[in-house]
Amino acid sequence: MQSSIYMIVPNPFLSGLIWFFLVLLVMYFARTPAHFSISAFCRVFRNAMRLTARSVMDGEKRLANRNREVLLAQGREAVERVIEREFDRVDATIRRDLSEYPALHRQLSEEVTLIDEDYKQSMEVPPSPPGWIKAVEAVANIPARDDPMVGSILEDIHQSMIKANTNATEEYRKSSHKRHMYLKDMMPHWRKVLQALGNVDKKVTNLLDRGKIIDRHMEDYENIIKKTDRAVRELSSSSMTQFFISAFVLMIAVGGAVINFNLIARPMSEMVGGSSYIMGFQTSMIAALVIILVEMAMGLFLMESMRITQLFPIIGALNDKLRVKMIWISLTILTTLALVEAGLAFMREIMMQDAAATRAMLRGGEAQVVQSSYLWITTVAQMGMGFILPYALTFVAIPLESFIHSFRTVLGVVFVGLLRGLAWFLRVIGDIAYFMSKLIIHLYDLIIFAPLWIERGLKNRSTENEKPVAGKSSRSKTATSAL
Amino acid sequence: MFDKPIKLLLLSIMLLLSGCSDKGPHTHGVYMLLDTSGTYTRELRQAQRVINYSLAQLNPGDTFAVARVDTGSFSEKDIVHKQTFEDRPSMTNQQKREFREKIEVFVRNVQPSKFTDITGGLLQAIEYLNEAGTGKKSIIIFSDLKEELRPGYIRDIPLELNGFRVIALNVTKLRSDNIDPREYMSRLEKWQQRIEEGGGIWKVINDLERLTPMFEG
Repeated sequence: MQSSIYMIVPNPFLSGLIWFFLVLLVMYFARTPAHFSISAFCRVFRNAMRLTARSVMDGEKRLANRNREVLLAQGREAVERVIEREFDRVDATIRRDLSEYPALHRQLSEEVTLIDEDYKQSMEVPPSPPGWIKAVEAVANIPARDDPMVGSILEDIHQSMIKANTNATEEYRKSSHKRHMYLKDMMPHWRKVLQALGNVDKKVTNLLDRGKIIDRHMEDYENIIKKTDRAVRELSSSSMTQFFISAFVLMIAVGGAVINFNLIARPMSEMVGGSSYIMGFQTSMIAALVIILVEMAMGLFLMESMRITQLFPIIGALNDKLRVKMIWISLTILTTLALVEAGLAFMREIMMQDAAATRAMLRGGEAQVVQSSYLWITTVAQMGMGFILPYALTFVAIPLESFIHSFRTVLGVVFVGLLRGLAWFLRVIGDIAYFMSKLIIHLYDLIIFAPLWIERGLKNRSTENEKPVAGKSSRSKTATSAL
Repeated sequence: MFDKPIKLLLLSIMLLLSGCSDKGPHTHGVYMLLDTSGTYTRELRQAQRVINYSLAQLNPGDTFAVARVDTGSFSEKDIVHKQTFEDRPSMTNQQKREFREKIEVFVRNVQPSKFTDITGGLLQAIEYLNEAGTGKKSIIIFSDLKEELRPGYIRDIPLELNGFRVIALNVTKLRSDNIDPREYMSRLEKWQQRIEEGGGIWKVINDLERLTPMFEG
């Protein structure tokens, strides 16, 4: 019935042909407004896409700026913490080493005084000539030398002189030996002085090294404060590295938590029952999970109280007395839970043996479970794991903090990338729409090529009639253009 | 000052948790009917193996009952032993061992009955498991499924088996079945029709080496 509306003549082919020509005619007459509409629609679509892309890019810029701010703030905080710790170390070194400085000074002074005294005592004093030398000289100058009396006196004097000389030489040797002994005594004092100065040198060098480290960190800090691109690049790269490393360590921790869970889930059913469920999960499993989560929370508080992590600023800002109390409380709870876990691990072994015995009995009548003499090893291993794993999980707080901080950066980078991709996609769509308008216009002309060809022919003919002189050349040009 | 609100808060959390805690939907109730009529008593050793297997599969909180099918089975007296297992796994193991002992004694001393009232046993099983309120309900019939009622016993009663699985185990072929297998087939079909009309799920397991489907689904 409906299709009969389109039947202009009884013959469907002829009807179709008539319709085709009618549509062709309509399209030919509506060519200019149709071209305009297609072009306008596609331009509007393209502009809309470009505007949306620009808006997305604005959002991307804002997000990138925000990421930059967050990254710099995190970096500044981290560097401040590092510098603070370096200054703490310098402070500790100065307190430890310079507090000993008066004692060191006194020790050096004492050593120097002793060395000085020894030096003075070791100085060589020339022996004073005996007083009677002049008397001997006078006797020696007596003219009567051939007199035997005088000869005898001189001989006696000579003998006395030899004796005195021998005594003097002996005395001199003794005093020289004594001086050498003083010099020898100076040796340990010199060594002590050398050692003390060596220690001072080492401590000063250490301080200088710390100073260099602080300089380097301060340079980073200045770059961050100046918001340089280099600082942002370094922080971003560091953040990415931190993200992957912390994610890897967290995965290991999750593995540890799963093992821990399996250790205590079964014996938990002995405590809370094996048939009750909470929201579709066995209560014993939830209880085991809660224990593990409480352990992790305690570990987190412990790390926060020790100021190793800074996830909760309120804990870090507590006064030292309260913080120490908190350390002890969380450590006590953690130890209690570790002991509970060790007990549960022991219980697990007993339960497994009991279940194995029951199964064996149900399977084969009175069959007994063979007791292995090495079974205690697995029991002890399970208990050890039950006790150690809670403490190991405590350290999850460190990678968790890194993960949370770096995750913000990574998420920001990913979103920026997504927004850029979206903007590019919108622009591409807009451009495709723009070029599609040209394609559609050409297709439109292709459909009505016959009327267009006729129109062009008529136009050419009228042009030829108007310019009969330039007929040949213009015809050839028209033909070329028509081609 | 803050003691009262804190206590109230703790109490409400505990109530909320205990409210969330549920036992019913996750527990499994199994009622096993043992045919003790005539020559089928010779099969009871096989039944004991099935009982032991079932005991090994059941968990804390589950319910298990074993009853004999004799002349008039719609009676609590025919329940050989019944047990709802304790919450604690160690207690459950202890109960399983006791259960096994009870069945051992029963199998050793059982006397064959003249008639086989399977429908009565089924009615008793439905009643018991509905009272137990378990989440999953299974009735295991260890029988050749040939019902023989004492004259005067009325068992043409529709069964209410919504939410029940009925598993026929070790449906042995009788001598007459060998002569005319249609008898065996029609017997099975009749039971299947009865169970499914009652809203239950019907299953037959003849290979006692493959009992796993008993506790699946």
